[in-house]
Amino acid sequence: MPRSTVRIQSGEDVVRVRQEVRRIAIEAGLGLVDQTKIVTAASELARNTLDYGKGGEAAIEIVQAGPRRGVRIVFEDNGPGIADIELALKDGYSSGKGMGLGLGGAKRLCNEFAIESAPGQGTRVTVARWK
Amino acid sequence: MVTPHASRLPGILSGFERQILTDWLGVLRQTTDARLPAAELESQCEIIIARLAQGCRDGNVSDIEAASFAPLRDILADLSRTRALLGFSPAETATFLFSLKQPLFDRLRDVPGAEAASLASETLTVSQLIDALGLFMMETFQRAREEVIIRQQTEISELSTPVVRLWQGILALPLIGTLDSARTQVVMENLLDSIVRFEADIAIIDITGVPTVDTLVAQHLLKTVAAARLMGADCIVSGIRPQIAQTMVHLGVELNVVSKANLSDAFALALRRLGKTVVSVKRPLAADIA
Amino acid sequence: MDRIPILKLGEALLVTIQVDMHDRLAMALEEDLTTRIVDVAAKGVLIDISALEIVDSFIGRTLANIAMIAKVLDAVTVVVGMRPAVAITLVELGLSLPGVRTALNAERGMAMIRSLLDAEGMAPGEEAEGAA
Repeated sequence: MPRSTVRIQSGEDVVRVRQEVRRIAIEAGLGLVDQTKIVTAASELARNTLDYGKGGEAAIEIVQAGPRRGVRIVFEDNGPGIADIELALKDGYSSGKGMGLGLGGAKRLCNEFAIESAPGQGTRVTVARWK
Repeated sequence: MVTPHASRLPGILSGFERQILTDWLGVLRQTTDARLPAAELESQCEIIIARLAQGCRDGNVSDIEAASFAPLRDILADLSRTRALLGFSPAETATFLFSLKQPLFDRLRDVPGAEAASLASETLTVSQLIDALGLFMMETFQRAREEVIIRQQTEISELSTPVVRLWQGILALPLIGTLDSARTQVVMENLLDSIVRFEADIAIIDITGVPTVDTLVAQHLLKTVAAARLMGADCIVSGIRPQIAQTMVHLGVELNVVSKANLSDAFALALRRLGKTVVSVKRPLAADIA
Repeated sequence: MDRIPILKLGEALLVTIQVDMHDRLAMALEEDLTTRIVDVAAKGVLIDISALEIVDSFIGRTLANIAMIAKVLDAVTVVVGMRPAVAITLVELGLSLPGVRTALNAERGMAMIRSLLDAEGMAPGEEAEGAA
Protein backbone atom coordinates (compact mmCIF):
# COMPACT_ATOMS: atom_id res chain seq x y z
CA MET A 1 0.00 0.00 0.00
CA PRO A 2 1.38 3.46 -0.90
CA ARG A 3 2.70 5.46 1.97
CA SER A 4 4.27 8.84 2.15
CA THR A 5 5.83 10.95 4.88
CA VAL A 6 6.10 14.72 4.72
CA ARG A 7 8.13 16.78 7.15
CA ILE A 8 6.37 19.94 8.30
CA GLN A 9 8.80 22.79 9.04
CA SER A 10 7.42 25.72 7.01
CA GLY A 11 4.34 27.13 5.31
CA GLU A 12 5.47 25.60 2.03
CA ASP A 13 5.46 22.19 3.71
CA VAL A 14 1.78 22.64 4.56
CA VAL A 15 1.13 23.05 0.83
CA ARG A 16 3.24 19.92 0.19
CA VAL A 17 1.11 17.95 2.68
CA ARG A 18 -2.03 19.05 0.79
CA GLN A 19 -0.54 17.92 -2.53
CA GLU A 20 0.58 14.54 -1.17
CA VAL A 21 -2.80 13.89 0.47
CA ARG A 22 -4.54 14.82 -2.79
CA ARG A 23 -2.30 12.45 -4.77
CA ILE A 24 -2.89 9.54 -2.41
CA ALA A 25 -6.63 10.25 -2.09
CA ILE A 26 -6.94 10.05 -5.88
CA GLU A 27 -5.00 6.79 -5.85
CA ALA A 28 -7.35 5.43 -3.18
CA GLY A 29 -10.27 6.20 -5.49
CA LEU A 30 -11.95 8.83 -3.29
CA GLY A 31 -14.56 11.02 -4.99
CA LEU A 32 -13.90 14.71 -5.57
CA VAL A 33 -15.83 15.91 -2.50
CA ASP A 34 -14.18 13.32 -0.23
CA GLN A 35 -10.76 14.30 -1.63
CA THR A 36 -11.46 17.94 -0.95
CA LYS A 37 -12.62 17.21 2.60
CA ILE A 38 -9.57 15.15 3.57
CA VAL A 39 -7.17 17.61 1.90
CA THR A 40 -8.79 20.52 3.75
CA ALA A 41 -8.66 18.64 7.05
CA ALA A 42 -4.98 17.84 6.37
CA SER A 43 -4.30 21.51 5.71
CA GLU A 44 -5.82 22.51 9.07
CA LEU A 45 -3.92 19.82 10.96
CA ALA A 46 -0.60 20.45 9.19
CA ARG A 47 -0.92 24.12 10.14
CA ASN A 48 -1.55 23.10 13.76
CA THR A 49 1.53 20.88 13.68
CA LEU A 50 3.57 23.80 12.37
CA ASP A 51 2.15 26.60 14.54
CA TYR A 52 1.45 24.90 17.87
CA GLY A 53 3.58 21.77 17.61
CA LYS A 54 6.67 23.70 16.43
CA GLY A 55 6.90 21.38 13.42
CA GLY A 56 6.65 17.65 12.99
CA GLU A 57 5.59 15.26 10.30
CA ALA A 58 2.59 13.79 8.51
CA ALA A 59 2.42 10.12 7.46
CA ILE A 60 -0.15 9.47 4.74
CA GLU A 61 -1.30 6.01 3.65
CA ILE A 62 -4.06 4.14 1.87
CA VAL A 63 -6.07 1.88 4.17
CA GLN A 64 -8.45 -0.91 3.34
CA ALA A 65 -11.27 -2.39 5.43
CA GLY A 66 -13.22 -5.06 3.57
CA PRO A 67 -14.43 -3.57 0.29
CA ARG A 68 -13.85 0.01 1.46
CA ARG A 69 -10.72 2.01 0.77
CA GLY A 70 -9.67 5.21 2.39
CA VAL A 71 -6.84 7.52 3.34
CA ARG A 72 -5.36 7.74 6.81
CA ILE A 73 -3.02 10.49 7.97
CA VAL A 74 -1.07 10.64 11.22
CA PHE A 75 0.27 14.04 12.32
CA GLU A 76 2.95 13.96 14.96
CA ASP A 77 4.85 16.70 16.74
CA ASN A 78 7.00 17.10 19.84
CA GLY A 79 5.53 20.44 20.78
CA PRO A 80 4.07 21.57 24.10
CA GLY A 81 1.02 19.28 23.77
CA ILE A 82 -2.60 20.06 24.60
CA ALA A 83 -3.80 20.22 28.19
CA ASP A 84 -7.55 20.23 27.60
CA ILE A 85 -8.36 18.31 24.41
CA GLU A 86 -12.11 18.75 24.76
CA LEU A 87 -11.71 22.51 24.95
CA ALA A 88 -9.33 22.53 21.97
CA LEU A 89 -11.94 20.75 19.87
CA LYS A 90 -14.56 23.43 20.50
CA ASP A 91 -15.33 25.82 17.64
CA GLY A 92 -14.07 29.27 18.32
CA TYR A 93 -11.29 28.04 20.56
CA SER A 94 -7.95 29.22 19.35
CA SER A 95 -4.60 29.70 20.97
CA GLY A 96 -3.12 31.30 17.89
CA LYS A 97 -3.89 33.08 14.66
CA GLY A 98 -6.50 30.68 13.25
CA MET A 99 -10.24 31.09 13.19
CA GLY A 100 -10.60 28.51 15.93
CA LEU A 101 -11.96 25.97 13.48
CA GLY A 102 -8.78 23.95 13.07
CA LEU A 103 -9.27 20.85 15.21
CA GLY A 104 -13.07 20.83 15.43
CA GLY A 105 -13.41 21.63 11.73
CA ALA A 106 -10.95 18.91 10.75
CA LYS A 107 -12.90 16.45 12.88
CA ARG A 108 -16.13 17.25 11.03
CA LEU A 109 -14.41 16.65 7.69
CA CYS A 110 -13.23 13.13 8.55
CA ASN A 111 -14.86 9.77 9.23
CA GLU A 112 -12.29 8.92 11.89
CA PHE A 113 -10.58 11.28 14.26
CA ALA A 114 -8.34 10.49 17.22
CA ILE A 115 -6.10 12.74 19.24
CA GLU A 116 -3.47 11.81 21.81
CA SER A 117 -1.71 14.52 23.69
CA ALA A 118 -0.54 15.65 27.10
CA PRO A 119 1.34 18.75 28.23
CA GLY A 120 5.01 18.34 27.36
CA GLN A 121 4.39 15.08 25.50
CA GLY A 122 3.73 16.38 22.01
CA THR A 123 0.60 15.68 20.02
CA ARG A 124 -0.48 12.91 17.68
CA VAL A 125 -3.63 13.33 15.58
CA THR A 126 -4.94 10.48 13.42
CA VAL A 127 -7.63 11.09 10.81
CA ALA A 128 -9.17 8.96 8.07
CA ARG A 129 -11.67 9.47 5.31
CA TRP A 130 -13.36 6.50 3.63
CA LYS A 131 -14.77 6.13 0.18
CA MET B 1 -9.37 -33.74 17.77
CA VAL B 2 -6.72 -35.81 16.04
CA THR B 3 -7.54 -39.47 16.02
CA PRO B 4 -4.69 -41.99 16.39
CA HIS B 5 -5.49 -43.44 13.00
CA ALA B 6 -6.25 -41.47 9.81
CA SER B 7 -9.81 -40.40 9.18
CA ARG B 8 -11.99 -42.80 7.24
CA LEU B 9 -13.75 -39.94 5.49
CA PRO B 10 -11.62 -39.91 2.30
CA GLY B 11 -12.13 -43.63 1.85
CA ILE B 12 -15.86 -43.40 2.38
CA LEU B 13 -16.22 -40.47 0.00
CA SER B 14 -14.47 -42.20 -2.88
CA GLY B 15 -15.87 -45.66 -2.17
CA PHE B 16 -19.54 -44.79 -1.66
CA GLU B 17 -19.88 -41.72 -3.83
CA ARG B 18 -23.09 -42.84 -5.60
CA GLN B 19 -24.72 -44.01 -2.38
CA ILE B 20 -23.99 -40.73 -0.58
CA LEU B 21 -25.28 -38.73 -3.52
CA THR B 22 -28.53 -40.69 -3.63
CA ASP B 23 -29.07 -40.34 0.11
CA TRP B 24 -28.27 -36.61 0.07
CA LEU B 25 -30.65 -35.93 -2.80
CA GLY B 26 -33.24 -37.91 -0.88
CA VAL B 27 -32.91 -35.58 2.12
CA LEU B 28 -32.79 -32.49 -0.10
CA ARG B 29 -35.95 -33.42 -1.95
CA GLN B 30 -37.87 -33.18 1.31
CA THR B 31 -36.44 -29.79 2.27
CA THR B 32 -35.73 -27.86 -0.94
CA ASP B 33 -38.52 -26.26 -2.92
CA ALA B 34 -38.92 -26.29 -6.67
CA ARG B 35 -36.85 -23.17 -7.30
CA LEU B 36 -33.91 -25.33 -8.34
CA PRO B 37 -34.42 -27.82 -11.16
CA ALA B 38 -33.75 -31.41 -10.01
CA ALA B 39 -31.09 -32.00 -12.66
CA GLU B 40 -29.17 -28.87 -11.66
CA LEU B 41 -29.39 -29.78 -7.98
CA GLU B 42 -28.09 -33.26 -8.72
CA SER B 43 -25.11 -32.06 -10.70
CA GLN B 44 -24.26 -29.49 -8.01
CA CYS B 45 -24.35 -32.17 -5.29
CA GLU B 46 -22.24 -34.50 -7.39
CA ILE B 47 -19.57 -31.85 -7.87
CA ILE B 48 -19.58 -30.97 -4.17
CA ILE B 49 -19.09 -34.60 -3.12
CA ALA B 50 -16.32 -35.07 -5.67
CA ARG B 51 -14.52 -31.91 -4.56
CA LEU B 52 -15.00 -32.74 -0.90
CA ALA B 53 -13.31 -36.08 -1.60
CA GLN B 54 -10.56 -34.23 -3.44
CA GLY B 55 -10.19 -31.80 -0.53
CA CYS B 56 -9.60 -34.40 2.16
CA ARG B 57 -7.74 -36.93 0.07
CA ASP B 58 -4.42 -36.13 1.67
CA GLY B 59 -5.86 -36.80 5.10
CA ASN B 60 -6.60 -33.21 5.99
CA VAL B 61 -10.17 -33.03 7.25
CA SER B 62 -10.03 -30.00 9.51
CA ASP B 63 -8.56 -27.03 7.67
CA ILE B 64 -10.89 -25.80 4.94
CA GLU B 65 -8.50 -22.93 4.17
CA ALA B 66 -5.98 -25.47 2.81
CA ALA B 67 -5.15 -25.41 -0.90
CA SER B 68 -6.69 -28.86 -1.41
CA PHE B 69 -10.08 -27.38 -0.50
CA ALA B 70 -9.82 -24.49 -2.97
CA PRO B 71 -11.99 -26.12 -5.69
CA LEU B 72 -14.66 -26.94 -3.09
CA ARG B 73 -14.59 -23.40 -1.71
CA ASP B 74 -15.02 -22.06 -5.23
CA ILE B 75 -18.16 -24.00 -5.96
CA LEU B 76 -19.66 -23.32 -2.51
CA ALA B 77 -19.00 -19.58 -2.88
CA ASP B 78 -20.56 -19.69 -6.31
CA LEU B 79 -23.62 -21.52 -5.01
CA SER B 80 -24.10 -19.12 -2.08
CA ARG B 81 -23.89 -16.12 -4.35
CA THR B 82 -26.39 -17.53 -6.85
CA ARG B 83 -28.79 -18.44 -4.06
CA ALA B 84 -28.50 -15.03 -2.44
CA LEU B 85 -29.45 -13.45 -5.75
CA LEU B 86 -32.29 -15.95 -6.28
CA GLY B 87 -33.73 -14.83 -2.95
CA PHE B 88 -33.04 -17.95 -0.87
CA SER B 89 -33.04 -17.42 2.88
CA PRO B 90 -29.80 -17.87 4.86
CA ALA B 91 -31.35 -20.89 6.64
CA GLU B 92 -32.23 -22.58 3.35
CA THR B 93 -28.73 -22.03 2.06
CA ALA B 94 -27.10 -23.44 5.18
CA THR B 95 -29.49 -26.37 5.48
CA PHE B 96 -28.53 -27.43 1.97
CA LEU B 97 -24.99 -28.25 3.05
CA PHE B 98 -25.85 -29.40 6.59
CA SER B 99 -28.15 -32.05 5.14
CA LEU B 100 -25.04 -33.81 3.82
CA LYS B 101 -24.18 -34.77 7.40
CA GLN B 102 -26.76 -37.55 7.76
CA PRO B 103 -25.69 -39.51 4.64
CA LEU B 104 -22.05 -39.22 5.74
CA PHE B 105 -22.81 -40.38 9.29
CA ASP B 106 -24.77 -43.36 7.91
CA ARG B 107 -21.83 -44.44 5.81
CA LEU B 108 -19.38 -44.02 8.70
CA ARG B 109 -21.55 -46.24 10.87
CA ASP B 110 -21.73 -48.93 8.20
CA VAL B 111 -17.97 -49.31 7.90
CA PRO B 112 -17.19 -52.78 9.16
CA GLY B 113 -15.19 -52.99 12.37
CA ALA B 114 -15.94 -49.48 13.60
CA GLU B 115 -15.56 -49.22 17.34
CA ALA B 116 -17.77 -46.93 19.34
CA ALA B 117 -14.95 -44.64 20.44
CA SER B 118 -13.45 -44.06 17.01
CA LEU B 119 -16.91 -43.70 15.49
CA ALA B 120 -17.75 -40.93 17.95
CA SER B 121 -14.58 -38.97 17.24
CA GLU B 122 -14.94 -39.56 13.50
CA THR B 123 -18.51 -38.23 13.60
CA LEU B 124 -17.31 -35.16 15.44
CA THR B 125 -14.57 -34.49 12.88
CA VAL B 126 -16.98 -34.78 9.95
CA SER B 127 -19.52 -32.62 11.73
CA GLN B 128 -16.93 -29.92 12.37
CA LEU B 129 -15.79 -30.00 8.74
CA ILE B 130 -19.32 -29.59 7.40
CA ASP B 131 -20.03 -26.83 9.95
CA ALA B 132 -16.95 -24.92 8.85
CA LEU B 133 -17.97 -25.24 5.21
CA GLY B 134 -21.51 -24.14 6.12
CA LEU B 135 -20.19 -21.03 7.84
CA PHE B 136 -18.02 -20.29 4.83
CA MET B 137 -21.17 -20.47 2.66
CA MET B 138 -23.00 -18.13 5.04
CA GLU B 139 -20.26 -15.54 4.88
CA THR B 140 -20.27 -15.57 1.10
CA PHE B 141 -24.04 -15.43 1.10
CA GLN B 142 -24.03 -12.42 3.40
CA ARG B 143 -21.41 -10.62 1.31
CA ALA B 144 -23.40 -11.18 -1.87
CA ARG B 145 -26.50 -9.72 -0.19
CA GLU B 146 -24.55 -6.69 1.01
CA GLU B 147 -23.18 -6.09 -2.46
CA VAL B 148 -26.73 -6.11 -3.83
CA ILE B 149 -27.88 -3.64 -1.18
CA ILE B 150 -24.96 -1.27 -1.78
CA ARG B 151 -25.55 -1.36 -5.53
CA GLN B 152 -29.25 -0.67 -5.08
CA GLN B 153 -28.56 2.21 -2.70
CA THR B 154 -26.31 3.86 -5.25
CA GLU B 155 -28.84 3.30 -7.99
CA ILE B 156 -31.68 4.70 -5.93
CA SER B 157 -29.79 7.77 -4.87
CA GLU B 158 -28.69 8.48 -8.41
CA LEU B 159 -32.13 7.88 -9.87
CA SER B 160 -34.02 9.92 -7.37
CA THR B 161 -32.19 13.21 -7.58
CA PRO B 162 -32.82 14.72 -10.98
CA VAL B 163 -32.07 18.41 -11.34
CA VAL B 164 -34.35 20.07 -13.88
CA ARG B 165 -33.89 23.38 -15.60
CA LEU B 166 -37.06 25.48 -15.41
CA TRP B 167 -35.78 28.57 -17.13
CA GLN B 168 -32.52 30.17 -18.09
CA GLY B 169 -30.80 30.62 -14.74
CA ILE B 170 -33.46 28.76 -12.72
CA LEU B 171 -33.08 25.15 -11.59
CA ALA B 172 -35.45 22.92 -9.61
CA LEU B 173 -34.61 19.89 -7.49
CA PRO B 174 -37.77 17.93 -6.69
CA LEU B 175 -36.88 15.72 -3.74
CA ILE B 176 -38.83 12.51 -3.24
CA GLY B 177 -38.53 10.08 -0.34
CA THR B 178 -36.57 9.99 2.88
CA LEU B 179 -33.31 11.91 3.05
CA ASP B 180 -30.44 10.26 4.87
CA SER B 181 -26.97 11.68 5.02
CA ALA B 182 -25.52 9.49 2.24
CA ARG B 183 -28.33 10.46 -0.11
CA THR B 184 -28.12 14.09 0.87
CA GLN B 185 -24.48 14.16 -0.13
CA VAL B 186 -25.39 12.92 -3.62
CA VAL B 187 -28.26 15.43 -3.78
CA MET B 188 -26.02 18.31 -2.74
CA GLU B 189 -23.26 17.48 -5.18
CA ASN B 190 -25.73 16.99 -7.99
CA LEU B 191 -27.44 20.32 -7.39
CA LEU B 192 -24.21 22.28 -6.98
CA ASP B 193 -22.66 20.74 -10.11
CA SER B 194 -25.80 21.63 -12.04
CA ILE B 195 -25.62 25.21 -10.77
CA VAL B 196 -22.15 25.50 -12.33
CA ARG B 197 -23.13 23.68 -15.53
CA PHE B 198 -26.26 25.76 -16.19
CA GLU B 199 -24.87 28.99 -14.67
CA ALA B 200 -27.99 29.12 -12.52
CA ASP B 201 -28.70 32.10 -10.28
CA ILE B 202 -31.52 30.44 -8.40
CA ALA B 203 -32.16 26.84 -7.37
CA ILE B 204 -35.55 25.74 -6.05
CA ILE B 205 -35.48 22.76 -3.67
CA ASP B 206 -38.96 21.26 -3.65
CA ILE B 207 -39.66 18.97 -0.70
CA THR B 208 -43.31 18.16 -1.44
CA GLY B 209 -42.31 14.50 -1.79
CA VAL B 210 -40.33 14.30 1.44
CA PRO B 211 -42.43 12.54 4.12
CA THR B 212 -40.65 13.87 7.21
CA VAL B 213 -38.12 16.51 8.03
CA ASP B 214 -36.16 15.92 11.21
CA THR B 215 -33.36 18.01 12.65
CA LEU B 216 -30.75 16.20 10.59
CA VAL B 217 -32.56 16.64 7.28
CA ALA B 218 -33.15 20.30 8.07
CA GLN B 219 -29.43 20.69 8.73
CA HIS B 220 -28.59 19.02 5.42
CA LEU B 221 -30.95 21.39 3.62
CA LEU B 222 -29.36 24.38 5.30
CA LYS B 223 -25.87 23.15 4.35
CA THR B 224 -26.91 22.84 0.71
CA VAL B 225 -28.32 26.36 0.78
CA ALA B 226 -25.14 27.69 2.40
CA ALA B 227 -22.89 25.93 -0.12
CA ALA B 228 -24.93 27.28 -3.04
CA ARG B 229 -24.62 30.77 -1.60
CA LEU B 230 -20.84 30.44 -1.39
CA MET B 231 -20.84 29.63 -5.08
CA GLY B 232 -22.98 32.65 -5.86
CA ALA B 233 -26.46 31.14 -6.26
CA ASP B 234 -29.61 31.53 -4.14
CA CYS B 235 -31.90 28.73 -3.02
CA ILE B 236 -35.64 28.75 -2.40
CA VAL B 237 -37.25 25.87 -0.50
CA SER B 238 -40.78 25.01 -1.57
CA GLY B 239 -43.47 22.52 -0.65
CA ILE B 240 -43.04 22.37 3.11
CA ARG B 241 -46.13 20.41 4.18
CA PRO B 242 -48.25 21.71 7.08
CA GLN B 243 -47.37 18.85 9.45
CA ILE B 244 -43.68 19.25 8.59
CA ALA B 245 -43.83 22.96 9.35
CA GLN B 246 -45.46 22.07 12.67
CA THR B 247 -42.91 19.38 13.55
CA MET B 248 -40.07 21.70 12.69
CA VAL B 249 -41.35 24.42 14.97
CA HIS B 250 -41.92 21.89 17.76
CA LEU B 251 -38.43 20.46 17.26
CA GLY B 252 -37.04 23.96 17.46
CA VAL B 253 -35.53 23.70 14.00
CA GLU B 254 -35.19 27.03 12.36
CA LEU B 255 -35.06 26.81 8.58
CA ASN B 256 -33.58 30.19 7.97
CA VAL B 257 -34.14 30.28 4.23
CA VAL B 258 -36.57 31.75 1.77
CA SER B 259 -39.49 29.35 1.55
CA LYS B 260 -42.63 29.23 -0.57
CA ALA B 261 -45.76 27.10 -0.22
CA ASN B 262 -45.38 25.35 -3.56
CA LEU B 263 -43.14 25.02 -6.57
CA SER B 264 -45.13 27.43 -8.72
CA ASP B 265 -44.95 30.23 -6.13
CA ALA B 266 -41.21 29.62 -5.83
CA PHE B 267 -40.86 29.72 -9.63
CA ALA B 268 -42.80 32.99 -9.76
CA LEU B 269 -40.47 34.50 -7.13
CA ALA B 270 -37.42 33.27 -9.03
CA LEU B 271 -38.65 34.85 -12.26
CA ARG B 272 -39.36 38.11 -10.46
CA ARG B 273 -35.85 38.16 -9.00
CA LEU B 274 -34.38 37.74 -12.46
CA GLY B 275 -36.52 40.62 -13.66
CA LYS B 276 -38.87 38.49 -15.76
CA THR B 277 -42.64 38.70 -15.83
CA VAL B 278 -45.26 36.38 -17.21
CA VAL B 279 -47.96 38.04 -19.34
CA SER B 280 -50.99 36.67 -21.16
CA VAL B 281 -50.78 37.07 -24.90
CA LYS B 282 -53.95 38.00 -26.80
CA ARG B 283 -54.04 35.48 -29.58
CA PRO B 284 -56.78 34.71 -32.11
CA LEU B 285 -58.46 31.38 -31.42
CA ALA B 286 -58.10 28.65 -33.99
CA ALA B 287 -61.83 28.95 -34.72
CA ASP B 288 -61.45 32.65 -35.62
CA ILE B 289 -58.74 31.96 -38.16
CA ALA B 290 -60.84 29.30 -39.85
CA MET C 1 8.82 35.85 -2.39
CA ASP C 2 6.29 35.43 -5.18
CA ARG C 3 3.10 37.49 -5.03
CA ILE C 4 -0.32 37.23 -6.57
CA PRO C 5 -0.80 39.81 -9.35
CA ILE C 6 -3.53 42.44 -8.97
CA LEU C 7 -5.04 43.93 -12.14
CA LYS C 8 -6.97 47.17 -12.41
CA LEU C 9 -10.10 47.10 -14.50
CA GLY C 10 -11.90 50.43 -14.50
CA GLU C 11 -13.03 51.13 -10.95
CA ALA C 12 -12.37 47.58 -9.87
CA LEU C 13 -9.36 45.48 -8.92
CA LEU C 14 -9.16 41.97 -10.28
CA VAL C 15 -7.32 39.09 -8.59
CA THR C 16 -7.14 35.59 -9.98
CA ILE C 17 -5.68 33.10 -7.53
CA GLN C 18 -4.08 30.35 -9.56
CA VAL C 19 -1.62 28.78 -7.17
CA ASP C 20 -2.02 26.58 -4.12
CA MET C 21 -1.57 29.38 -1.57
CA HIS C 22 0.54 28.99 1.52
CA ASP C 23 -0.32 31.19 4.47
CA ARG C 24 2.31 33.89 3.89
CA LEU C 25 1.18 34.30 0.29
CA ALA C 26 -2.39 34.79 1.49
CA MET C 27 -1.25 37.38 4.02
CA ALA C 28 0.77 39.16 1.34
CA LEU C 29 -2.32 39.29 -0.88
CA GLU C 30 -4.33 40.87 1.94
CA GLU C 31 -1.64 43.55 2.38
CA ASP C 32 -1.16 44.22 -1.32
CA LEU C 33 -4.89 44.53 -1.96
CA THR C 34 -5.36 46.93 0.94
CA THR C 35 -2.60 49.18 -0.40
CA ARG C 36 -3.87 49.03 -3.99
CA ILE C 37 -7.47 49.85 -3.04
CA VAL C 38 -6.26 53.07 -1.48
CA ASP C 39 -3.70 53.83 -4.23
CA VAL C 40 -6.16 53.65 -7.11
CA ALA C 41 -9.29 54.54 -5.11
CA ALA C 42 -10.89 51.29 -6.23
CA LYS C 43 -14.64 50.88 -5.72
CA GLY C 44 -14.76 47.16 -6.24
CA VAL C 45 -12.60 44.06 -5.71
CA LEU C 46 -13.17 40.85 -7.64
CA ILE C 47 -11.41 37.70 -6.44
CA ASP C 48 -11.58 34.72 -8.77
CA ILE C 49 -10.97 31.47 -6.89
CA SER C 50 -12.15 29.08 -9.60
CA ALA C 51 -8.67 27.55 -9.77
CA LEU C 52 -8.52 26.85 -6.03
CA GLU C 53 -8.91 23.18 -5.14
CA ILE C 54 -9.36 23.84 -1.45
CA VAL C 55 -10.20 26.74 0.83
CA ASP C 56 -9.25 26.02 4.41
CA SER C 57 -9.99 28.16 7.46
CA PHE C 58 -6.92 30.34 6.91
CA ILE C 59 -7.70 31.17 3.29
CA GLY C 60 -11.37 31.59 4.25
CA ARG C 61 -10.42 34.03 6.97
CA THR C 62 -8.19 35.94 4.55
CA LEU C 63 -11.09 36.31 2.11
CA ALA C 64 -13.39 37.50 4.91
CA ASN C 65 -10.71 39.97 6.10
CA ILE C 66 -10.21 41.39 2.62
CA ALA C 67 -13.96 41.94 2.28
CA MET C 68 -14.10 43.71 5.65
CA ILE C 69 -11.05 45.87 5.01
CA ALA C 70 -12.35 46.78 1.55
CA LYS C 71 -15.69 47.75 3.05
CA VAL C 72 -14.00 50.11 5.48
CA LEU C 73 -12.12 51.58 2.51
CA ASP C 74 -15.42 52.00 0.62
CA ALA C 75 -15.05 49.19 -1.89
CA VAL C 76 -17.29 46.14 -2.44
CA THR C 77 -15.73 42.67 -2.66
CA VAL C 78 -17.11 39.79 -4.70
CA VAL C 79 -15.59 36.30 -4.55
CA VAL C 80 -16.35 34.32 -7.70
CA GLY C 81 -16.02 30.79 -9.06
CA MET C 82 -15.94 28.71 -5.90
CA ARG C 83 -16.07 25.04 -6.89
CA PRO C 84 -18.94 22.87 -5.56
CA ALA C 85 -16.62 20.49 -3.66
CA VAL C 86 -14.89 23.47 -2.04
CA ALA C 87 -18.24 25.01 -1.06
CA ILE C 88 -19.51 21.77 0.50
CA THR C 89 -16.25 21.39 2.43
CA LEU C 90 -16.27 24.98 3.68
CA VAL C 91 -19.81 24.61 5.00
CA GLU C 92 -18.87 21.35 6.73
CA LEU C 93 -15.82 23.05 8.18
CA GLY C 94 -18.15 25.64 9.70
CA LEU C 95 -17.21 28.63 7.56
CA SER C 96 -20.01 30.34 5.68
CA LEU C 97 -18.22 33.67 5.04
CA PRO C 98 -21.25 35.77 6.00
CA GLY C 99 -19.76 39.13 5.02
CA VAL C 100 -18.54 38.03 1.60
CA ARG C 101 -20.54 38.53 -1.58
CA THR C 102 -20.32 35.71 -4.13
CA ALA C 103 -21.05 35.16 -7.81
CA LEU C 104 -20.85 32.17 -10.13
CA ASN C 105 -18.10 33.48 -12.41
CA ALA C 106 -16.00 36.56 -13.17
CA GLU C 107 -18.52 37.93 -15.66
CA ARG C 108 -21.40 37.75 -13.16
CA GLY C 109 -19.11 39.12 -10.49
CA MET C 110 -18.24 42.20 -12.54
CA ALA C 111 -21.94 42.73 -13.32
CA MET C 112 -22.67 42.49 -9.60
CA ILE C 113 -20.02 45.07 -8.71
CA ARG C 114 -21.38 47.41 -11.38
CA SER C 115 -24.98 47.09 -10.21
CA LEU C 116 -23.94 47.55 -6.57
CA LEU C 117 -22.07 50.74 -7.48
CA ASP C 118 -25.04 51.93 -9.56
CA ALA C 119 -27.41 51.29 -6.67
CA GLU C 120 -25.08 53.22 -4.38
CA GLY C 121 -25.04 56.09 -6.87
CA MET C 122 -28.81 56.18 -6.62
CA ALA C 123 -29.00 56.55 -2.85
CA PRO C 124 -32.30 58.25 -1.80
CA GLY C 125 -30.87 61.76 -1.49
CA GLU C 126 -28.95 61.69 -4.74
CA GLU C 127 -31.85 60.14 -6.59
CA ALA C 128 -34.01 63.11 -5.72
CA GLU C 129 -31.26 65.43 -6.89
CA GLY C 130 -30.90 63.60 -10.15
CA ALA C 131 -34.64 63.74 -10.76
CA ALA C 132 -34.80 67.45 -10.16
